[in-house]
Amino acid sequence: MHPGVDRIGVLNVAAAEQGSRIDPMHQFLIEPVFGQDWTLFGHNIAFTNSALWMVLTLVALWLFMIGGLKRELVPGRWQAAVETFTGFVSSMLTSNIGPAGKRFVPYVFSLFMFILFANVIGLMPVGIVPGVHPFTITSHLTVTGVLAVISFAIVLIVGFGKHGFHFFSLFVPHGTPVVMIPLIFVVELMSFLVRPFSLGLRLFVAMTAGHILLKVLAAFVINGLNLGAGYAVIVSLPSLVLMIGITLLELLVAAIQAYVFALLTSVYLNDAVNLH
Amino acid sequence: MDAEAAKMIGAGLAAIGMGLASLGVGNVFAQFLAGALRNPGAADSQQGRLFIGFAGAELLGLLAFVTMIILLFVA
Repeated sequence: MHPGVDRIGVLNVAAAEQGSRIDPMHQFLIEPVFGQDWTLFGHNIAFTNSALWMVLTLVALWLFMIGGLKRELVPGRWQAAVETFTGFVSSMLTSNIGPAGKRFVPYVFSLFMFILFANVIGLMPVGIVPGVHPFTITSHLTVTGVLAVISFAIVLIVGFGKHGFHFFSLFVPHGTPVVMIPLIFVVELMSFLVRPFSLGLRLFVAMTAGHILLKVLAAFVINGLNLGAGYAVIVSLPSLVLMIGITLLELLVAAIQAYVFALLTSVYLNDAVNLH
Repeated sequence: MDAEAAKMIGAGLAAIGMGLASLGVGNVFAQFLAGALRNPGAADSQQGRLFIGFAGAELLGLLAFVTMIILLFVA
């Protein structure tokens, strides 16, 4: 074997023995918390860390909403915060869909708040408590994919329920020359069918990428500290400063991704309600 | 070439796509800002379209990232 390769292999083994090898994917591992033996129709339905953090997200969301649903005439700070969110989603739907958009406020509001809370809770630094591992539920395609499929299903149900088979006119924009109709129909159909994938994939990848980046930088900080004061100054310190900046950026991304998911859902609902 | 090395090179090439998508994202916001400074009155009503454009440009960069991750961890 090539001597250089051999040396790198030895270094890798030495690093693994010290436990300092960078493993940014471990944070996405789904592990059972309890109920490892529970089965339903032959499938294991153990209560996993993903389920735990979904429950925590729901509890946080529930507490936030309960605090704001006092319906006082002069809203306090908390009620004003909740009303900002409801007003935000409601105005987003009315500006995209029109007056008919009010019907979809409950769904899009739940979607937006669930994704927002899940993203932000996944970023919380609860990992500093020993034994507690934060988990971002939106960093899994299964979760975001199901959310996207629900949105897509509502678009289909509303579209076919309201317009019947006239819904297919969505795929032929007004003023298309007759010769172009077969081609345009196929192109528009493809762009329609790819929507749930792009919707789910965007949120999942944005969350995964940010968390991998943060974990890699965190490993730089810890490995630098372990290697002594010199490495700590030239590696750990800049990495830590960068991490703080990236964390702020990730908070922005968490909010933007929730907003984009809700916005695209309302744009797709607009297609279903108003056609073109 | 070693298959493992080819995967790494492929992942590195896929990372270029993320850089190109960042040009797209920057372009979306730059053009919005340029338009918004000329006509500030119309800017707020177009914020939804701004984020739709951003989402489209960003998705293509994220696809490059997915390609990279698949090459590194799945393929």
